[in-house]
Amino acid sequence: MYEILTNIFNSEIIAILIAAFLPLFLFILPFALFAVYLERKVSAFMQDRLGPMRTGPYGVLQTVADILKLIQKEDIINKDADKKLFNLAPVLVFAGSYAAFAAIPFTSIYIGTSADIGLFFILAISSLVVAGILMSGWASNNKYSLLGAMRSAAQIISYEIPTALVILSVVMITGTLSLNTMSEIQTAYFWNWTIFGGAEWGIQKILLIPFMIVAFVIFYISSLAEVNRTPFDIPEAESELVAGYHTEYSGMKFAIFFLAEYANMFAVSAIAASIFFGGYQSPFGYFGNLIGLEWLIPLEQLFWFTMKGLFFVFVQMWLRWTLPRLRVDQLMTVCWKYLIPYAFVNLIIIGLISLI
Amino acid sequence: MKEYLKNTWLGIWTVLVGMKITFKHLFTPSVTIQYPDVKVALPDRVRNRLYVNMDDCIGCDQCARACPVECIEIETVKSLPTEDLGKTSNGKKKALWVTTFNIDIAKCCYCQLCVFPCPTECIYMTDSYEFSEYDRNDLVYKFATLTSTEVKEKKANFEEFQAQKEAEKAAAAKAKAEAAAKAKEDAKANDNSKEDKPKE
Ligand code: SF4
Ligand code: SF4
Repeated sequence: MYEILTNIFNSEIIAILIAAFLPLFLFILPFALFAVYLERKVSAFMQDRLGPMRTGPYGVLQTVADILKLIQKEDIINKDADKKLFNLAPVLVFAGSYAAFAAIPFTSIYIGTSADIGLFFILAISSLVVAGILMSGWASNNKYSLLGAMRSAAQIISYEIPTALVILSVVMITGTLSLNTMSEIQTAYFWNWTIFGGAEWGIQKILLIPFMIVAFVIFYISSLAEVNRTPFDIPEAESELVAGYHTEYSGMKFAIFFLAEYANMFAVSAIAASIFFGGYQSPFGYFGNLIGLEWLIPLEQLFWFTMKGLFFVFVQMWLRWTLPRLRVDQLMTVCWKYLIPYAFVNLIIIGLISLI
Repeated sequence: MKEYLKNTWLGIWTVLVGMKITFKHLFTPSVTIQYPDVKVALPDRVRNRLYVNMDDCIGCDQCARACPVECIEIETVKSLPTEDLGKTSNGKKKALWVTTFNIDIAKCCYCQLCVFPCPTECIYMTDSYEFSEYDRNDLVYKFATLTSTEVKEKKANFEEFQAQKEAEKAAAAKAKAEAAAKAKEDAKANDNSKEDKPKE
């Protein structure tokens, strides 16, 4: 990828910049537009409504109209806000969630960074989001924002532990921290996916399946909490905290928070897909291989990757419109009393199995 | 420990039950009615905007008097005996020019009390309910069919007629008064002669 771009523009810096912005403009922005629309439709259908129907056919232009509206809005900074932090916070939050995309393999030929510590990088960089959220809560000088920010920080920090434990158990089996290698290992056909015990046949694979499913469930729950989605959306609990840490934001800055949330949703879904569900690998083998068109394979991979990601995004929405919000103490109970012990036991068992 | 495992199981199980329910609803047809395009059928006796069929109105003011919020304003002018205003559809003779018939729908509470007293059944509820306006004054519906010049003309006609009648009356009264005075004078004269007599 880099080589092609470097050749075209004759400069490595431009090539890197373009490669860095590519997923943003080609993927995340359209995805966010689509996901907001999807969210509305899913919520509407689950409540036997129709959702947006007026803007464009079946309301498909609704989110575009919303973005246009948000761009036109006045950018309000309240009088007592800490202006520097206030302006920096949305950037930081978005940077944190966008940076995670650097280590996510969209296809076998496109990945932002081929660093071997991809998963570790994602775990580390997504903690930057906490700093951004705390900043926005503090700088807004508003009690709701501050409460939301503190809840968010507590929540994200707590839920990083089960996430890390689960990732650790997967890493023990695959023996790599790079998502790209991980996806490569789970070669085409779905029975090679990590959730089904990985690509190697044997007693180990059969034994691993139940524990991998447990690992996936724990990972999915804690990733839900990390992106502040219902039932773990206590940082922005509308009914208690107005809008939590972004109460004071308006216009474009609010839009950036929003974009970060949706980017984050896709990021965790993509990570779940990459770790457990074969990443960009097709579940049924490649059509391109079948008819001998090599160039078709990356496109197919992109398709499967997007589909898997979208499916998990859909499940997030599905959960959101099913479950009520947890209380703060319940949230902590779920994490510390249930997820962490289970993740830990799971880790030990998977470790023992991988010794066989 | 048993409690703990049970809790875990219950947690997962209830979430799955909930998800099953919402998933079913994903495919339930929605109950939304896309209002301006699709409208709900109204019941037979709906009460919405009032309408007055001015061809039948005899200007009897009964509806205005029945209205609890006084949102009907009626002014009438009597017609001349020579004018023929026609008859209403149920055979009542019209005798008044209805110069003003305003209904302030903004005030109307849709109680339908104005509808019942009408002797010719010309004020009634329609099924139109989409009549919002930007200006509240636009909600005053004017039903009177006469143009302003016609109204002036009718008023003038009636005043002239009135004046004429008055004049006639006055003349008649004068004549009467004169006659009465004369009679009185005569009587006095008689009296005088009577009174004079005993003195003589
Ligand atoms: S419906 Fe009721 S409030 Fe409305 S004009 Fe008739 S009597 Fe008055
Ligand atoms: S009651 Fe009927 S006839 Fe009488 S003034 Fe009202 S609308 Fe006209």
